[in-house]
Amino acid sequence: MKIFRSHVLVCGGTGCSSSNSALIKQRFEEKIKELNLDEEIQVVSTGCFGLCEEGPIVIIYPEGSFYARMTVERVDEICEEHLLKGRIVRKYLFDESAREEKIKPLSEVEFYKKQKRVALRNCGVINPEDISEYIARDGYMALGKVLTEMTPTEVIQLVKDSGLKGRGGAGFSTGMKWSFAAPNQADQKYVICNADEGDPGAFMDRSVLEGDPHAVLEAMAIAGYAIGATKGFIYVRAEYPIAVHRLEIAIKQAKETGLLGKNLFNSGFDFDVEIRLGAGAFVCGEETALMQSIEGKRGMSRNKPPFPANKGLWGKPTIINNVETLANVPQIILNGPGWFKSFGTVKSPGTKVFALGGKINNTGLVEVPMGTALREVIYDIGGGCPNNKEFKAVQTGGPSGGCLTKDHLDIPIDYDNLTAVGSMMGSGGMIVMDEDNCMVDIARFFLDFTVDESCGKCTPCREGTKRMLEILDKITEGKGTMEDLDKLEKLAINIKETSLCGLGQTAPNPVLSTLKYFRDEYEAHVLEKRCPAGVCQSLLRYIITMDCKGCTKCARICPVGAIEGKVKEIHVINQDKCIKCGACMDACTFHAIIKK
Amino acid sequence: MKSLEELKKLREESIKNIEMRNTDKDIRVVVGMATCGISAGARPVLTTLVEEVAKRNLGNVQVVQTGCIGMCTLEPIVEVYTADKEKVTYVHIDPEKAKRIVSEHLVNNNVVVEYTIGSAEKQ
Ligand SMILES: Cc1cc2nc3c(=O)[nH]c(=O)nc-3n(C[C@H](O)[C@H](O)[C@H](O)COP(=O)(O)O)c2cc1C
Ligand code: SF4
Ligand code: SF4
Ligand code: SF4
Ligand code: FES
Ligand code: FES
Repeated sequence: MKIFRSHVLVCGGTGCSSSNSALIKQRFEEKIKELNLDEEIQVVSTGCFGLCEEGPIVIIYPEGSFYARMTVERVDEICEEHLLKGRIVRKYLFDESAREEKIKPLSEVEFYKKQKRVALRNCGVINPEDISEYIARDGYMALGKVLTEMTPTEVIQLVKDSGLKGRGGAGFSTGMKWSFAAPNQADQKYVICNADEGDPGAFMDRSVLEGDPHAVLEAMAIAGYAIGATKGFIYVRAEYPIAVHRLEIAIKQAKETGLLGKNLFNSGFDFDVEIRLGAGAFVCGEETALMQSIEGKRGMSRNKPPFPANKGLWGKPTIINNVETLANVPQIILNGPGWFKSFGTVKSPGTKVFALGGKINNTGLVEVPMGTALREVIYDIGGGCPNNKEFKAVQTGGPSGGCLTKDHLDIPIDYDNLTAVGSMMGSGGMIVMDEDNCMVDIARFFLDFTVDESCGKCTPCREGTKRMLEILDKITEGKGTMEDLDKLEKLAINIKETSLCGLGQTAPNPVLSTLKYFRDEYEAHVLEKRCPAGVCQSLLRYIITMDCKGCTKCARICPVGAIEGKVKEIHVINQDKCIKCGACMDACTFHAIIKK
Repeated sequence: MKSLEELKKLREESIKNIEMRNTDKDIRVVVGMATCGISAGARPVLTTLVEEVAKRNLGNVQVVQTGCIGMCTLEPIVEVYTADKEKVTYVHIDPEKAKRIVSEHLVNNNVVVEYTIGSAEKQ
C-alpha cells in the first residue's frame, strides 16, 4: 500500500457537490501533478463534513487545516504555498479556526465541539468509494465478530441491551423488532434498509449513505444473521444519485472482498444486498407502503397487524430499519451496550443526527448525544439566527412534528420529551424560524405537503387534510372566523385518531402545535386581519407615512392607480384598489412607504 | 473473507495510510520545506520520514512540513516536538539520517545527538 505524506480531503457531499466541489478536486489533482507532487499527496473525495453552510470544504492533513468556502481559483495558491512549501494559507481557512494566533484544530471549533459522532463517525473522514479506508476504521470487524464469536440470540440480546431505538421516526426498540422476526420459520426472510427520507429539509440518511455506505451494508448483514435472513434491500429515493452511486460501488467492493456474498467468514452464513429505487413519494417511507413499492405495486399503506416481522415483503418475515439506526449497529457490537448507554439519556441512549436548516447561521448536519438541550443545538452549534433576528420557533419532526417556542429551548432532546410538548423527534429535521416567519404560514406549508403526499386510501387523511388546508387558506387570506379556529382543531384531532397510517395520524401536528403555542398569531389573522410577521401577502398593507414629500413618483408608478394625492401633499393608498405589488415602496426615494 | 485474522491483517495494512487523518498526536516531526529546504533536499527527507513512521505503525507521531525555519545554511532541518520534553533540532538531514531519527529517537526515545544542531555548531 502506498503511503502519502499529505491528504487533501474534498467534500463530495450533495451540498458541496452542488457548489462545484468536483471541479475543485479536479483542479487539486491537476495542480499537484504539475508540481510533481502526485506521488506524495493524495486527493480524496469524502462525504459531508456537516458544516455545509461553509462549503465547499477542503481539509488538508496531516495539519488538519480546514479550508472553507473554497473556489477553484484558490486551489493553485494553496497547492503552491501549503502543499509545496508547508505554509498554511490562513486567509482561506474557516474563520473561527484562524481567528487567533494559534490555528484551532477542527475538533475545537464551536460547531464540532459539542458533537458526538457515532453514526457520522466516518463521514468526512474516509473515502466512501474505497473499502480499505472503511476497513482501516474497524469496518466489518463487527460483522466478523458476530459471525465467528456470537449466536444470533446473543446478537439480538446485545442490541436490546444497548437500548437503541429506531431513528426513522417511531423510536421503537431495534432489538425488540429483531427478536420478533427471529423465531419465525420461513424459507426466506428479508432485511430492508429504509433510505426513503421524505421529510422536506431532511438529509441525515443521505449523508450517511454518501459518506459511509459500508456501515449500512455491514449492519444489514449483522441484522440478517440475527434474524436468519440472507437477503437485504436498500430502498432509496432516485433523487439521491450520489448516494445510490456510492452504494453501488460499496456493494461491488464488499462482494469482491468477500464481505457480502456466500459463506462469510467461513461461517456458512450468506448475505446479499440489492438496491431498490423509490420514486420519492413521502408515504413510501412508511414501512408497509415501502414493501408494496419494492414488490412493484403502488405504494400504499395497509393496516397493521400483520406486522412485517411476521408477514412482510412478499409475505415473508421482514425487518425494516432506518439508515441511521443501522449505522449505529456496528459500533454497538464493537464497543458494547455499556459504551452506547454512556451517552444520551436513560430512556433514549446514544446520539441523534439532525439536519439544521431554516433561519440559522450554520446550516448543516450535526450529531449530538440525546438529552442535549435544543438551545445548545440551535445556539452553540448552530450559531443562532442570522442578522441578529430574534428566534421564534423550531420545527422538529418534519411534516409529522410540531413547532416549539423559546420556552422549550432548555428541554433535553429525546423521544419522550419532544412528544410530551406536542412535537416529535421524527427523523431529525430541525427547521429554525425567526421573527420574520408567520406561524400560520408554516403550518400551511407542512399541511400543503401532506395533502399532496396523502396516498388517498383512507378518508380522514385524504379529505380531512384538504378541508384543514382550505381553512388555513381562508385564514391567511384574512377571511377566517373564530369558528374556523375551533373547526380546525376538531378536524385535526379527528384525523389523528381515525387515519389508517402514520402519515394521516401525524399530519395535523404542525397545525395543532402552532395553534397551541402561537394562537395569538392565528387570532391576529382572524380578528385584526393582520399578519404580525408580514408574510401573508393578502393581509399586507402598504401605507404612506408622514415622511411623504408629495413627489408623486409612487402615484405614477402604481400599476393600478391606487395612489392619490396632490403635488407636495401627503399621498394616500386606496387599500381596496392596491394589489400589493410593492412597486411604490421600491420607488419612493424618501422611504415614506412602509409594509405592515 | 475467510476469517477475522484475514480482516485484521487487511486493517493493519489500510490503517497506515489513513492514520494521518488523526491529528491528536503526542509527537510532531516538522520538516522545513521553504525554497532553500527543498533545494537542499528536504523533500526526500520528508517522504522518508512519512514512510518510516507508517511502516512502524507509530500512531502517535505526526509528520508535517513547515515554511522557513530561519537557518537556511543548516537545511534540511528536522525538528522533533514531544509533549514533555524540549524541542530537538536536527540539521543537514538526508534520507538515511532520517531513518535513524525514526528508529532511535521516535521509537526508542534516544536523541541522535550527532545530528543535532548543538553538535553541528561545535564542529
Ligand atoms: C408517512 C411516513 C413516512 C415515513 N418515512 C420514513 C422515512 O423516510 N425513513 C424512515 O427511515 N422511516 C420512515 N417512516 C417510518 C417507517 O415506517 C419505519 O417506522 C422505520 O423505517 C423503521 O425503522 P427504525 O425502527 O429503524 O426507525 C415513515 C413513516 C410514516 C408513517
Ligand atoms: S393516513 Fe393518509 S397516507 Fe395513510 S393510508 Fe390513509 S390516506 Fe393513505
Ligand atoms: S414617492 Fe414617496 S415621497 Fe413621493 S409621493 Fe410617493 S410616498 Fe410621497
Ligand atoms: S403596492 Fe403596488 S398596487 Fe399597491 S399602491 Fe403600491 S404600487 Fe400600487
Ligand atoms: S456537503 Fe460538504 S459539508 Fe455538507
Ligand atoms: S528558507 Fe529554509 S531556513 Fe530559511
